[in-house]
Amino acid sequence: MNDERHIFSVTEITQGIKLLVSRQYGSVWVEGEVSNFRPSSSGHWYFSLKDESSVLSGVIFSRAARDVPFKLEDGLKVVCFGSIDVYPPRGSYQLIIERIEPKGVGALQLALEQLKVKLEKEGLFAPEHKREIPYLPGRIGVVTSATGAAIKDILKVLDRRFRDVHIILAPVKVQGDGAKEEISNAIRQLNEYSDACPRDDRIEVLIVGRGGGSIEDLWAFNEETVARAIYASKIPVISAVGHERDVTVSDLVADRRAATPSVAAEIVIPRKEDLRDQVRDLTARMSNSFEGLRADAAQRRADALSRLKTAMDHIWQLNLQSCESVSQKLLRANPALVIPEYIGKMREYARQIAVRMEHCIALKESRFGGVVEKMASLNPLNILSRGYSVTYLLPQEKIMKSSIGAKPGESIRTRLSNGGLISTVTEVYGDGGDQV
Amino acid sequence: MAEIKFEEALKKLEKIVEELEQGDLSLDEALKKYQEGIELSRACTARLENAKKKIDVLARNKKGDFELKPLDEDADA
Repeated sequence: MNDERHIFSVTEITQGIKLLVSRQYGSVWVEGEVSNFRPSSSGHWYFSLKDESSVLSGVIFSRAARDVPFKLEDGLKVVCFGSIDVYPPRGSYQLIIERIEPKGVGALQLALEQLKVKLEKEGLFAPEHKREIPYLPGRIGVVTSATGAAIKDILKVLDRRFRDVHIILAPVKVQGDGAKEEISNAIRQLNEYSDACPRDDRIEVLIVGRGGGSIEDLWAFNEETVARAIYASKIPVISAVGHERDVTVSDLVADRRAATPSVAAEIVIPRKEDLRDQVRDLTARMSNSFEGLRADAAQRRADALSRLKTAMDHIWQLNLQSCESVSQKLLRANPALVIPEYIGKMREYARQIAVRMEHCIALKESRFGGVVEKMASLNPLNILSRGYSVTYLLPQEKIMKSSIGAKPGESIRTRLSNGGLISTVTEVYGDGGDQV
Repeated sequence: MAEIKFEEALKKLEKIVEELEQGDLSLDEALKKYQEGIELSRACTARLENAKKKIDVLARNKKGDFELKPLDEDADA
């Protein structure tokens, strides 16, 4: 019994498993989530595929990895095609992957999304990097196929619109192998050429694009190298790729996106009528302003004239006034006018003299009155009133101060205070009443 | 004046309008500007009607320098 048992060597059993596995799983599709992704320096990609309960090791060798457009990352749900291989030295098995696709979306689509995220992070789409598209550019660089629809559409727009532009075409392949390199190079070359031109001859805007096509046809405009060339362009770039619904990476990086090459041309090549209107409007505004200035100047002139007139009138009036005042002064200086004044003054002086004289006289009079009174009191006649009398010897009428000289029989007149007496001396006596 | 670029003429015209609209020019200057503006306006109009399109292809010559060659528009037809 014991002899009947078959004992495998490790190699035998491993080889057996390897054979079984390769027969059963020699070419399989496996779906799972990427985890533990570790690209090696040699270009092979190692990772695990897992689902809720199991893990499967996987590898993409460098030759196959080169063709994978998107970046593998942990958590990505993928569908892989390949074969399960047993590695005898380790007794392990892994999925050797020939093709890998993201689950749900196309590989290119995923690659595109990943590139967008990357460039976005780097700031290539940032609005602050967008430059203004110049108005009325004199020179326009166009990066597209020389034989494609894009350049024809642009030229048609030119025919319809204002033709005074110089188009410089840098012809490129817009799809297929080498397209992305040609497009990127053309953008760089137009920049280089423009830099070498005199300032006025520089290319002012680039239109980079192509006519519509499938997403694959437009792919070059989703390439990183093209995006970077657009970003590096000193000349502002209008991206004009395919149809409206396809937003390419070029569209996102460019300073302006146009849905089609025609639209791009229309952005930079204005309509003749608009320009005509603009010229007309400017001319009208210029004429108006000039008219305004002229009217202004005329008004200013009129104002100045009227002010001049006013000023002259004023000066005239002033002179007239001073002339009048001088002549009035002159008139006032007329001696004929002064004479009455002097006469008046003289009269006044005379009056004053008279007043003063009167005053003086009154004063003198009053003094004189005193004297007179005094004198009156001394008047002998006044003395008579006090009972004295004056006696005159007749006929000489000689005042008798003494009885001496009188003789009886002579007539005397006695003057009394009131009236008098004529008497005959009967007796003469001496002094003191004593009878002589 | 005949050779002036439309764009340049338009810009000059715009500048003149601006200067005139600011209104601080002397009448002499204004008159000069106005006359210049009228000429520019005429030049613009003439340029608008008579402009010819010019299409070149950027190429490198044998020395490797850039040169412009006229595009044969009907080459692909």
